[in-house]
Amino acid sequence: MSDIALTPPVPVTTEPVLIRSLLIGLSLVFVALFLFAPLVTVFVEALRQGWGATVDALRLPDAQAAIRMTLTIAAIAVPINAVFGIAAAWAITKFDFRGKAFLITLIDLPFSVSPVVAGLMLVLLFGANSTLGGWLIANGMPIVFAFPGIVLATLFVTFPFVARELIPVMIEQGRAEEEAALTLGASGWRTFFTVTLPNIRWALLYGVLLCNARAMGEFGAVAVVSGKIRGETATMPTMVEMFYNEYLSVAAFTLAAVLAMLALLTLLLKSLLEWRHADLLAATRRH
Amino acid sequence: MNIEIEELAKEFGTTRALHPVSLSIPSGALVALLGPSGSGKTTLLRILGGLEFPTSGRVLFGGQDATGLSVQERRAGFVFQSYALFKHMTVFENIAYGLRARKRHERPAEAEIGRRVNKLLDLIQLPDIGTRYPNQLSGGQRQRVALARALAIEPRMLLLDEPFGALDAKVRKELRQGLREIHDRTGLTTVFVTHDQEEAMELADLVVVMSMGRIEQVGKPAEIRAKPATDFVRSFTAA
Repeated sequence: MSDIALTPPVPVTTEPVLIRSLLIGLSLVFVALFLFAPLVTVFVEALRQGWGATVDALRLPDAQAAIRMTLTIAAIAVPINAVFGIAAAWAITKFDFRGKAFLITLIDLPFSVSPVVAGLMLVLLFGANSTLGGWLIANGMPIVFAFPGIVLATLFVTFPFVARELIPVMIEQGRAEEEAALTLGASGWRTFFTVTLPNIRWALLYGVLLCNARAMGEFGAVAVVSGKIRGETATMPTMVEMFYNEYLSVAAFTLAAVLAMLALLTLLLKSLLEWRHADLLAATRRH
Repeated sequence: MNIEIEELAKEFGTTRALHPVSLSIPSGALVALLGPSGSGKTTLLRILGGLEFPTSGRVLFGGQDATGLSVQERRAGFVFQSYALFKHMTVFENIAYGLRARKRHERPAEAEIGRRVNKLLDLIQLPDIGTRYPNQLSGGQRQRVALARALAIEPRMLLLDEPFGALDAKVRKELRQGLREIHDRTGLTTVFVTHDQEEAMELADLVVVMSMGRIEQVGKPAEIRAKPATDFVRSFTAA
């Protein structure tokens, strides 16, 4: 913004000062009110009774189990969805086949279906009352109200993120570079690792970060599938809710603050990578 | 190496990109596939390079059936229309790509790779650009790098898709000369696709005029000018 204003010849796109300050002011107020203030509140509430109470809240076995659970889930769901997201984007952008439009719609399904409904679908499919669920339970592999169910629910709601980030980038890049690598004698895998992957790495990174944020933050689907069993299937978001309902507000906000910090950490990581590779990004992104 | 094309046809779904076409390209020739867009010339080139497979018909390289050979096995140096240089690699790495992609026992040592890449950079008369990235090059330089990259694999033939399409008239003339020289020096059978009849007539030993997925006429530039076989050839080459 500022360097546009500082350039002596006024660009044609510049609006009058009044409108400019109004627009900037409006966005700032909006960001402050709806994004920044709630975030600050979480930390303020977490520290309301002093550091001691906050640290004690973190020592609660239920809180620690929830943190462990959420990190484990993310560590499993994010890599799986990164691989499947790449595969889906690859299939959609590099090949022509029947039912492609349907597949694209299907990828978006988790975005349009309410997470609670998604959770319910898994309960109906794998719960004790279904044939499949009954068989799985009888064979000692319960899905619902257990760890696998939470992974499945998280996989479902976070599926579109990587694919959605990759598809436009891969469409724009076309197939020419991959074809060039093949004519030069490279195998399919070599082409993927030396040409495709480097070309999509930034989009992939954004996709993975978004996917990770959602995987750690998902509430609805996980709440339904997990049964919210303390110390067993409760994740951070569901544990926050339970603490809050029990008027353990310091514990609730402390856990919420940890969750928020994990999210901020991913954002920081992203900015750091962008800053560190700024020149490379500029050199390779566009011709 | 001579190339024989026997009754080659290609369909995409219900549309016919190529009606059965036959063509024989003598070893060491510089051949232009000339025609308007949609004439099937690029499809034919991509089939030769192994990037598309024909619906029917055969391709023979040096008398041996190559129809089923994979794109890697063809060893055809392919120059793409927009060059398709690897954006995230330097010019050096681009040219070395094909050598490094070889199987371990066929791969030259790193010093040998460096020697070959530098030799190719000399051949395209751009000895000092090895450390640059493709987006730091002009259009003409990119085209020459793409040519060097294709030559690095010691190809059995050279295939070029509209190699001068994206360049301005002056650079185009220079690079035409450059391609002619490289062709004469390497002796590689070379096939290029163009929609520019002047380019085809000036550069090629043999011109193949195509329209609507069919070959209209094959001949030396002078023959095609003097005796156009069909009305299409007459009107297209007169343009």
